[in-house]
Amino acid sequence: MDFKDTPEEAAFRAEVRAWIDANAPKHLLEELKNASFASNGVVSEDPIAAGKAWQKKKAEAGWACLHWPKEYGGGARTPIERVIWGQEEGPYAALTGVFTIGHGMCGPTVMSWASEEHKRKLLPPLASGETVWCQLFSEPASGSDLAGLRTRAVKAEDGSGDWIINGQKIWTSGAQYSDWGLLITRTNPDVPKHKGLTMFFLDMKSPGVEVRPIKQANGQSSFNEVYFTDVRIPDSQRLGEVGQGWEVSLTTLMNERLSIGSGMSTGFPELFRFCMEAEIDGEPAVKDSGVRSKLAQFAVKQSGLKYTGMRAISALSKGEIPGPENSIGKLVAGATMQELSMFALDLQGEAGVLWNEESPQQGRFQAMLMRSPATRIEGGSDEILRNIIGERVLGLPGDIRVDKDVPFKDIPTSGRKKK
Amino acid sequence: MNLDFSDEQKQLREQVRRFLSENCTSDTVRAILEGPESYDKKLYQGLAELGVLGAAIPEEYGGVGLGHLELCVVAEELGRVLAPVPVSSSIYLTAEFLMLAGSEKQKETWLPKLAAGEAIGAFAYAEGQGRMSLAKIKATVSGGKLKGTKSPVADGDVADIAVVAAKNEKGQVSLYLVDLSGPGVSRETLESIDPTRSQARLSFDGAQAELLGAEGSGWHIASQVLDRAAVLMAFEQVGGADRSLEIARDYALERMAFGRPIGSFQAIKHILADMYVSATLARSNCYYGTWALNSGAAEFPVAAATARVSATTAFQHCAKNNIQVHGGMGFTWAFDCHLYYRRSNALAVALGSLSTWESQLIERMSAGNAETAA
Repeated sequence: MDFKDTPEEAAFRAEVRAWIDANAPKHLLEELKNASFASNGVVSEDPIAAGKAWQKKKAEAGWACLHWPKEYGGGARTPIERVIWGQEEGPYAALTGVFTIGHGMCGPTVMSWASEEHKRKLLPPLASGETVWCQLFSEPASGSDLAGLRTRAVKAEDGSGDWIINGQKIWTSGAQYSDWGLLITRTNPDVPKHKGLTMFFLDMKSPGVEVRPIKQANGQSSFNEVYFTDVRIPDSQRLGEVGQGWEVSLTTLMNERLSIGSGMSTGFPELFRFCMEAEIDGEPAVKDSGVRSKLAQFAVKQSGLKYTGMRAISALSKGEIPGPENSIGKLVAGATMQELSMFALDLQGEAGVLWNEESPQQGRFQAMLMRSPATRIEGGSDEILRNIIGERVLGLPGDIRVDKDVPFKDIPTSGRKKK
Repeated sequence: MNLDFSDEQKQLREQVRRFLSENCTSDTVRAILEGPESYDKKLYQGLAELGVLGAAIPEEYGGVGLGHLELCVVAEELGRVLAPVPVSSSIYLTAEFLMLAGSEKQKETWLPKLAAGEAIGAFAYAEGQGRMSLAKIKATVSGGKLKGTKSPVADGDVADIAVVAAKNEKGQVSLYLVDLSGPGVSRETLESIDPTRSQARLSFDGAQAELLGAEGSGWHIASQVLDRAAVLMAFEQVGGADRSLEIARDYALERMAFGRPIGSFQAIKHILADMYVSATLARSNCYYGTWALNSGAAEFPVAAATARVSATTAFQHCAKNNIQVHGGMGFTWAFDCHLYYRRSNALAVALGSLSTWESQLIERMSAGNAETAA
């Protein structure tokens, strides 16, 4: 048992470190360390442009999309090399957060389902950061129950073979600056919900696409609604067969959960620092036994996630496939962050209500409090994640699905009884 | 990076698990729960013969000379089956005290016997109600004679020797090795929530006490040994947590209600998922703890407290929810759920209670190791 690199890993790490040291935009480092939920932290220049510049530099040196094959602009590196890259890139990774969905989810889906011609056309500019992709899946009436989506795609009546799209998507990160979108639609409402779906990719500049920012509960706007009014998509931009959209979407969602050893933040180091400084009756808060009990429970969650990630990395290092342990990451981190932020406000006493220049650590805990409800919902809600652990890890039976064999158009849309 | 046990250590696990599946069934545990014996002698002897008691004891003192990683593997397996044997008192504590602070003669005399299961050791430091602290120790040693009462002492009713914390003539807390078969010792088995691990009151009235380690270094030595034992016990707790989860999962697959297996209801599924989460966090923290123990890392005190807090929390969480998943059947004497519930709550207060370890973890982190948890 040790935390050491193998000689090959150490050599790779040295190579990565040297390259990053020589090439990273060091003038942005301080801003990046203050990255928050809404942005990569860059304020002194255009954050998107800064992200694109860093990605381009990486791509030119062969450090872009390490998990992709070379012919599509990737680095064709092993999973452990990818982990080492991530550790060394550190705060600079926040710069290229704008590409996370494209590189991690849309790209792999295109790779699995698009024609060779499309792959060669679309993937290299995505890898090098020239294009940004977004994922158009969730809808106002279908979140966890994604297959209940209602955005319609119908064949154009002009015989062109094109598809005409009408409907609405929601919670689309980055739609406002995306070039391409991965879009799942309903093409047949007369069959059960999973069977009538079809996947497309579309040019976000197409006529009839309208992006509107959502004003979130915390006052920020990092997500969008996307409206489609008679948007035309050529049939050549269909991924998979007509009616095969659910299967295609699973490729995307599987990739969403593949990020390994990424170590989601819980906010614990910040809370600990705060408790070293804050006072209770003239003594540091960290000396109070009640505070200690709370802190200890947060500490073991933070540390448990960290070492769970390291166990996964250990498996990768040996060329093994990591176990299912990493599926606990977001479930633990999201709930911990929320509880922890409430505790930090509690320690601030009556002044915990304030979210201004007086608030400790630039109001970090107030921001966490107001953002953490979303962490527990986005990318699989706590409840969906518990179902996944229950069913895929523990082998429990799935829930009974009453709409499984019902044509989509006959599924009830309201829980209220009709008058 | 390799935060995992080696193939040899995994083979050892298989070997111990096979042995325990034949020699430590639910009936074995229940015989101690319901019968007059304080531990299973045959099982203990079998473990000695298998070499696992001496796993971390050097060969020159009759051990196998492996290390603490191997002993952690063994501990997890013992925890899974609730083995009713005094391994923690005799091996995690007494043998560790001897290895850390014993004189050559003390080591030569006792370690081979502990490794062979021929003698049992116990650690006697608590003196009645309340969290343990230096100020609470009233037992005294004067002219090599020990006076005072220790309670509860885990496995104190069956131990041959005890490591006793007492004040010397200058009022400094020191450790003493006491042969419990000698004069001036009386003992009494105490009733507890978990009779599968016995508890006793030891009363000393002029018992012969031999200094263990330097005068006045009692608390210093004890805290180091308690850290080691905490990691080992945390592995027992992780074993118990995992097994509680497995039992609950199996029952949820088998038990039908409202025409379907109860495990298909999200109310049950989510309880089980949360049990998996706490057991997984605890396991990862235990790997951190045993890495630090085995490598002698400077952050070991933080790692030990981390493993201990996480494992105590997980075992209590899993054992209580195992009963909940079973419904009424989980509250019957016939089902094993209460055996795990008893053990989880007994281990939670052994070696210092959860809140004590929580406090120590944060104290240690604030003393300069904060970055280790970042």
